[in-house]
Amino acid sequence: MRLDVVLRVGVKLIIPFMLVFGLYVQLHGDYGPGGGFQAGVIVAGAIITYALIFGIEEAQRVAPRKLVEFLVPLGVLIYAGTGVIGLLSGQNFLDYSVLAAHAPAGRERGILLVEAGVLVTVASTMIALFYAFSERGR
Amino acid sequence: MIVTIAIVRMRNLFGVIALSGVYSFLMASVLMVYDAVDVAMTEAAVGAGVSTVLLLAALHLTKSLEYPMPRPAAVPLIVAVGVGLALIWATYDLPAFGIADAPIHKHVAPHYLQNAIKETQVANVVSAVLADYRSFDTFGEVIVVFTAGIGVMLLLKGRRTRRDGSQGETP
Repeated sequence: MRLDVVLRVGVKLIIPFMLVFGLYVQLHGDYGPGGGFQAGVIVAGAIITYALIFGIEEAQRVAPRKLVEFLVPLGVLIYAGTGVIGLLSGQNFLDYSVLAAHAPAGRERGILLVEAGVLVTVASTMIALFYAFSERGR
Repeated sequence: MIVTIAIVRMRNLFGVIALSGVYSFLMASVLMVYDAVDVAMTEAAVGAGVSTVLLLAALHLTKSLEYPMPRPAAVPLIVAVGVGLALIWATYDLPAFGIADAPIHKHVAPHYLQNAIKETQVANVVSAVLADYRSFDTFGEVIVVFTAGIGVMLLLKGRRTRRDGSQGETP
């Protein structure tokens, strides 16, 4: 498969669009369908496609395994940290209204933050699982 | 329905994985018809995309042909049919499909629909409910993904180092 020119060129063309679409789904989740879970899976799909066509070593130069495995707990920490900010400011856990001057603006910001946490955890978990499976097979 | 029967009957696991991807896409289109765009998107991305790839990667570690069943299993069949019938029987107690005054539409849903934009400045009510009103649940989901990922990584890696008798990268 590594010698297939059509696949290599096609995937090279399509991966930037996959990543941008992932970001669109993430950041536009406030207005359209989408959110952290979907965007995370799309971003992970882009990396996994790259790994499938160009080999796992090339993919690990883009997304090293150490980095991916570091990002798995980081996403959870972003989510939990957003909650703890509310806790430290005298509100309930995961109460976002303290993140900005007005409560609605703060809640919007909180939603963005926790969705970022979801994105990081989901994408890196999927990539890490793929790495684990494919390295085991060798 | 046809796809499900084909999945059950098929013995070649590669075909089973391909068909379950097809099934996920069909489910995504069904959800689209019900206007559940967010769920349809998740189903298409997770069910048809990533889980197909991960199942293929798992298949890479094992054999691609299912062993024939040693003997016909009567008890599991009875249990499965019994549970299925019980579930069908239970659906008669549900409110009629799509009816407006079902309990689910009377409890908190109207509050979310009317106040979500005012309270969170987020136009997509699904996002507002998931990440704000029901943030604890979403936090739990993230923890589930995290735990599952850690578990699978530990399982796959622990075995490898033990068999090789050495730490670190293997050639």
